[in-house]
Amino acid sequence: MVNLVGIRDLKVEATTDSGRRVEIINGVSFDIAEGEIVALIGESGSGKTTIALTLMGHARPGCRISGGSVSVAGKDMVTLSEKQRARVRGTEVTYVPQSAAAAFNPAATIMDQVIEITRIHQLMSSDEARAKAVDLFRALSLPEPETIGSRYPHQVSGGQLQRLSAAMALIGDPKLVIFDEPTTALDVTTQIEVLRAFKSVMKAGGIAGVYVSHDLAVVAQIADRIVVLRGGEMQETGTTQEILNGAKHPYTRELLAAFEPKPRGAADTADTVPAPLLTIEDLVAGYGPRQADGLPLVRAVEHVTLKVEKGRNLGIIGESGCGKSTLARAIAGILPAAVGKVVFDGKELGPSARERSREQLREMQIVFQYADTALNPAKSVEDILARPLAFYHGMNAKARSARIDELLDMVRLPRNLRHRRPTELSGGQKQRVNFARALAAEPKLILCDEITSALDAVVATAVIDLLKELQRELGLSYIFISHDLSVVEAICDEIVVMYGGRKVEEITPAKVKTPQHPYSQLLFSSVPKLDPAWLDGLEQDPELVRAYCRR
Amino acid sequence: MNNRVLSLVLSRLLIAVITLVIVSFAVFFATTLLPGDTATILLGQAATPEAIEGLRKAMHLDEPSIFRFLRWIVGLLQGDLGTSYANEMPVADLIGGRFVNTLQLAGVTALFSVPIALTLGITAAMLRGSLYDRAVTVLTIGVISVPEFMIATSAVLIFAVYLKWLPALSFANEVTSLTDLLRIYAMPVITLTFVISAQMIRMTRAAVIETLNTPYVEMALLKGASRPRIVFRHALPNALGPIVNAVALSLSYLLGGVIIVETIFNYPGIAKLMVDAVATRDLPLIQSCAMIFCLGYLLLITTADIIAILSNPRLR
Amino acid sequence: MTMTHSETKSARISGTRLGYRFNIVGMVGLSIILCWALVAIFAPLIIPYPVGEIVDLDYFGPMSRDFWLGSDYLGRDMLSRILMGARYTVGISLAAVTIACFSGVVLGMIAAVAGGWLDTVLSRFLDALNSIPSKLFGLVVVAAVGSSIPVLILTLSVIYIPGAYRFARALAVNINAMDFITVARIRGESTLYLIRSEILPNIVGPVLADLGIRFVFIVLLLSGLSFLGLGVQPPYADWGALVRENIGGLPFGAPAVMAPSFAIASLTISVNLLIDNLPKKIRDRSE
Repeated sequence: MVNLVGIRDLKVEATTDSGRRVEIINGVSFDIAEGEIVALIGESGSGKTTIALTLMGHARPGCRISGGSVSVAGKDMVTLSEKQRARVRGTEVTYVPQSAAAAFNPAATIMDQVIEITRIHQLMSSDEARAKAVDLFRALSLPEPETIGSRYPHQVSGGQLQRLSAAMALIGDPKLVIFDEPTTALDVTTQIEVLRAFKSVMKAGGIAGVYVSHDLAVVAQIADRIVVLRGGEMQETGTTQEILNGAKHPYTRELLAAFEPKPRGAADTADTVPAPLLTIEDLVAGYGPRQADGLPLVRAVEHVTLKVEKGRNLGIIGESGCGKSTLARAIAGILPAAVGKVVFDGKELGPSARERSREQLREMQIVFQYADTALNPAKSVEDILARPLAFYHGMNAKARSARIDELLDMVRLPRNLRHRRPTELSGGQKQRVNFARALAAEPKLILCDEITSALDAVVATAVIDLLKELQRELGLSYIFISHDLSVVEAICDEIVVMYGGRKVEEITPAKVKTPQHPYSQLLFSSVPKLDPAWLDGLEQDPELVRAYCRR
Repeated sequence: MNNRVLSLVLSRLLIAVITLVIVSFAVFFATTLLPGDTATILLGQAATPEAIEGLRKAMHLDEPSIFRFLRWIVGLLQGDLGTSYANEMPVADLIGGRFVNTLQLAGVTALFSVPIALTLGITAAMLRGSLYDRAVTVLTIGVISVPEFMIATSAVLIFAVYLKWLPALSFANEVTSLTDLLRIYAMPVITLTFVISAQMIRMTRAAVIETLNTPYVEMALLKGASRPRIVFRHALPNALGPIVNAVALSLSYLLGGVIIVETIFNYPGIAKLMVDAVATRDLPLIQSCAMIFCLGYLLLITTADIIAILSNPRLR
Repeated sequence: MTMTHSETKSARISGTRLGYRFNIVGMVGLSIILCWALVAIFAPLIIPYPVGEIVDLDYFGPMSRDFWLGSDYLGRDMLSRILMGARYTVGISLAAVTIACFSGVVLGMIAAVAGGWLDTVLSRFLDALNSIPSKLFGLVVVAAVGSSIPVLILTLSVIYIPGAYRFARALAVNINAMDFITVARIRGESTLYLIRSEILPNIVGPVLADLGIRFVFIVLLLSGLSFLGLGVQPPYADWGALVRENIGGLPFGAPAVMAPSFAIASLTISVNLLIDNLPKKIRDRSE
């Protein structure tokens, strides 16, 4: 096979705030053959997108390709002039962005943007281009292929936009397509359809691709070869089979290990008499003005009933918009429930946090998804942790200081971190501080709202392990809200599946392995597996898909 | 135009009306309630108490202020702006011709400054970080940072005192030829153009830079689009709302600008009239002028907001 | 209108002590501001001639050894008058900007945290106040109450409260939407705590920059009013009033007309330069 792309000793440098230059890509080399799909995999900051963009001769503002060569179809993208590069972009190399919603110009119709490449490079007449676009829409199994192009970007769904951006990339018959995390923002059930569409058009056209992702399982479905990156350096490269089955580099093994299912060991309290810690009865919550029947206009949670027992964990799983976060906010009293009871430790709680006693507030803590916004950037870790200690426990400065050390030990953070500000911490460290603040209250129940979703897989696994350990030591209960089934399975004794604001099923993994409700089945079967044959072998009932997916 | 746009526009208009009511309230009470007795001021300290009392009755000054406010508002709505204290002439007659003069000045200034400012603002944003951009930025900061009268006096020094090209004063009544017109308008227009262009350039530049930093502009670049195409097809259509907003806001600076410029160049406009009215404490005249200015300002701001709503593609 | 976006990267000759980067343009701005502050405080000690005394035989005299900035329309020393004028211009503006920003920021934070009808009423009212052009507002008040220094300070601050309020409220609303505020709320914290300990520390930087910009606006408005004869009244004279009383010298190109203008420009441009080039904390985390 002839190599389409040859990257040799690529170096990219970025200019920091103080004008210092740092190398963010340090000597990366790899090849891509004609028609081959290569995945660039790594966590945030590994430089995977930066490398992919150099294939178009592009570096984001503040960055500069400082060395090496990037040869695409015989042209060195590094040395080409800006005019020559423009000629290659869109015709030979094209780009599918991470967020299609942001990458579509809101002021122009979809069709105009999809065929823009043919206009810029004068590839064909406007009518031919439109006809070709409609063919592509059909090939990407978009609904109403004839008319979808006349809409504006805000009038179609995220999954559709993502496929439309692939059509935009394919219109000029490129030799190489760069996919930049194209399914990361999508729900799992939607992701499958998009992945399938990508795979089939790439195969059909024999087009080479670069697939940038942090998700090994997704990559396993579509890539022929995988390049593992970390900190701007290549760790390992090999065929998909080689990487999945015989990874040599320790970092790759770590990435793979994060995928191994770690089902929760049989709950320790299984044989003791269950004592309910929290019961939710017939809860309705939502937004907007109250209607005549006393219910809010938009109801995000409809008549949900559930129970958490002492020392056991409840997982709430569902896709975006299913009402799981609203449910958590209603339980915590952030968004008062319109109807329904929240009984905590034997006492009924007021719907709003303002109506609850300080002691009640203390015993139930909530930890949010984004530690970046959950920690006040103007305060040091010490101040953040000290406040609940003073507020709930009335500790003096000396007692607080000693307790902060203990808390940092508990969440496995070095004690000298206490003087730092949140912005000076890594994502995993921030989430630990976030968690330590909840622990400082000495609660009985912690609501965890997607707390691992913003973290890289390896870091997330470590956080889950920490949570399990703390549970053993402190006898806590968790309500774990997530869209990620593997995370919930790893820590929860009971799993509630939500769809459209309703609880569709409650599963106890220790007793039942497979879900019964059709939506749960669809959801569970949509989670990508490391097996490269998974996507091709996956069969989902199209009726079911149509009924439950808002693609 | 769909229902959502219509309701947004209507609510914006409603806000404008509410604002106007609050403003007229503020203007009326600021001018009539705070100071000493108007009748005493009008008749002078030597007037007899009976004469003052008579005048108070005649001017309805003895009524509760809320009635006087309503009477005033109803009068305004019917086009009755009241009678000047100073020379007993209807305020409407005093304002009439002057108002046209000011509108002419503002119109000519807008005609010059809007194209100049938009060109400079957009090109500076396109060439961001270049020497040209920096020069424009420094110039605009300089102009924004100095008072209007400094620009006016500098213009007089340069064009009238040293170069002797233009007269220092304007007399709009003595226009006999086109050259006269040019010479008369030149200095006020130059000054005002400087004052409002600086604001407009800054805001336009910021609006364009903001859209140039969006992912869809990067996407256009990665499609191989040329720079002009990126700017004119992708950035400008989306920056239109903010740019129109910038133009309207900057034009509202005209109001502050004309007060100084008309005074300095002795231009017979409504702002000069108002400054003179302040000197004689001619309250009906001040109130009417103030309302005209506020109305003009609100009109500009509301237009800007409505255009921003209409140009938002997400509301289509 | 915040005055960011200026790229003065040319001036990267910088001090990097204490982990802060402060470029030369910012430093020049700061030193001119400090100079004028010192002049405002010590003016009576450093003026070469008494301000009220006619010391030059000529009026509108040119710059000379004895009279560095010439003499005014009565033959008084211009330099002395400008140095004394600094007291009024800087003093009044500083007082007004302090009142305006303090009230605006406090109201803005309360509105953002409280929300609901209080926010709506306050915002609507202050927005309406904002739609009276500033010079007009000044004119109307002076027409009504007459001009004195306390009236000037109050008027100027009332004019700029809506702007300060709007700015602080927008910042506080953003912060208020953050999860750490929610965490504090459901911990049971009071509104006062939320404002003081959670929101204020996060907006203090931009608020100070906004204070600088508003100071510039106030200096310009005060000068404009004084120029119209509605600001500081004789025998006192701020820089705007100095231009007004000497405007008769314009046809002769007398330094007495332009010198006070240059004083104003030097102050306002310096403040703008300082704000655009504030010391930046160096955050170099190589990822």
